Amino acid sequence: MNYLNERIVITGVGLTAPNGNNIKEFRQALLEKKSGITHIDMRYMGQVAAGVCTFDERKYQDRKARRRGTRAGATAIYCAHEAVNDCGINWDNVDKSRVGVYVGITEHGNVETEEEVHLLLTQNNCDVKLWSHHHNPRTVSNSPAGEVNLSLNITGPHYTIGSACAGGNMGLIQAVQMLRLGEVDFAIAGGLSESVKTFGIFAAFKAQGALGTHADPAKASKPLDRDRNGIVVSEGGCLYTVERLSDAKARGAKIYAEVVGYATNTDATDFVLPNTERQIQCMNMALHKAGINASDIDIINMHATGTPSGDIVETKAVIEVFSNSDSSYINTSKGAIGHTMGAAGALELAGNLLAFEDGLVHPCMNIDNLDPECEMKNLVVKEPKKLDKVNYILNNSFGMLGINSSVIVKKYED
Amino acid sequence: MTADEVKNVVIEIIKDIAPDEDYSNIDPAVPLREQLDLDSMDFLDIVMELRKQYQVEVPAQDYSHLATLNSCAEYLGPKL
Repeated sequence: MNYLNERIVITGVGLTAPNGNNIKEFRQALLEKKSGITHIDMRYMGQVAAGVCTFDERKYQDRKARRRGTRAGATAIYCAHEAVNDCGINWDNVDKSRVGVYVGITEHGNVETEEEVHLLLTQNNCDVKLWSHHHNPRTVSNSPAGEVNLSLNITGPHYTIGSACAGGNMGLIQAVQMLRLGEVDFAIAGGLSESVKTFGIFAAFKAQGALGTHADPAKASKPLDRDRNGIVVSEGGCLYTVERLSDAKARGAKIYAEVVGYATNTDATDFVLPNTERQIQCMNMALHKAGINASDIDIINMHATGTPSGDIVETKAVIEVFSNSDSSYINTSKGAIGHTMGAAGALELAGNLLAFEDGLVHPCMNIDNLDPECEMKNLVVKEPKKLDKVNYILNNSFGMLGINSSVIVKKYED
Repeated sequence: MTADEVKNVVIEIIKDIAPDEDYSNIDPAVPLREQLDLDSMDFLDIVMELRKQYQVEVPAQDYSHLATLNSCAEYLGPKL
């Protein structure tokens, strides 16, 4: 069979964000500007602002499985089960050898390694005989995806896609590609991050002068605001069930959206600083693949992490691509949830997905004084913006080492 | 330690490893893996906890002595 021209659709969503544990809760929180950011105590550092998820780890895992696995795995398992339940498929009848699990991650293994080293130095007197035999299965990079396969008895392929903060989009892109190649018939894909459990990421952002802070944690993440001072690290996860349209229609599935365009490229200019020109190229490539013009996009969800330079770089790129698009509205999600790292692409897309039903563009949060260098027409700042109809959403996610990704989804029409 | 004390030590360790199992009717003469959902990684956990909590080393060639509670008591009794 040749599936290369098949339309690919999203049929289920499972997510956890710092301000919601399913798509409806999350959507409502974004519309109401409900922050998920709190202060937490971080080892060696003291108080930091962070986004912590509150999903029920025991909903789909027994205590033994949770003890053996990782927070990333628990997050993936929760999201995968929620997505499978949401998509309405009769899971018992699914050929599990034809299911692929593709999970985008920023990094994996830091949490477990830091904890083991901490115990080694503080409790175990550097006796490596007390180093856990669980260290390797917990830290291999396919671990969060593999835990999903173990939990759902999936015997098809699983792997993670290491792609920094573009991970969520990259997982979804991988699903589209594998479905079109006929490698699988059903995919569970997106991204996740458990980064709030690792001091190293916080400490590194602080050393870089890029850790978001504020006396009120709900104000710590403020993309595009004049007073933004960096990233608020958050955990989160979002996995979609993704299918070929013909399969989804055959089983009468609810369809959230059709994935019509995507692109990924590389800056090749800096380890951490982004590149306007390559971001422009990435968005234009996604538009080209979708076969549409920039003016067809109704909602642009920016990556906008809240770093002083990164937001300006992306603003320039968005202005360039959408300069002639009077009906394209722009929002950001990280003011409410912080930077969910490997989850960000998939999760922030999910935050806008229900706009196909309610026509609302959720507002940005924490833009009290818009940075003049981040001014854009149709930036949705104060209240949700009601549109007559939402047909296309473009979601940006960029990451370190210059990885860029853009995904375009379309309201499903037969 | 007495045999009963050793069995209690082992059961308490396993309860931490597999907290959702039913420990009310464990037959000390029957292999633990036939009564509880335990795999090789769980047995490595038992060995690790014996090392951490009691400074007892169980070399790989002796793992078979941990098969039942009775064999645990016989093997670990002199060491604990």
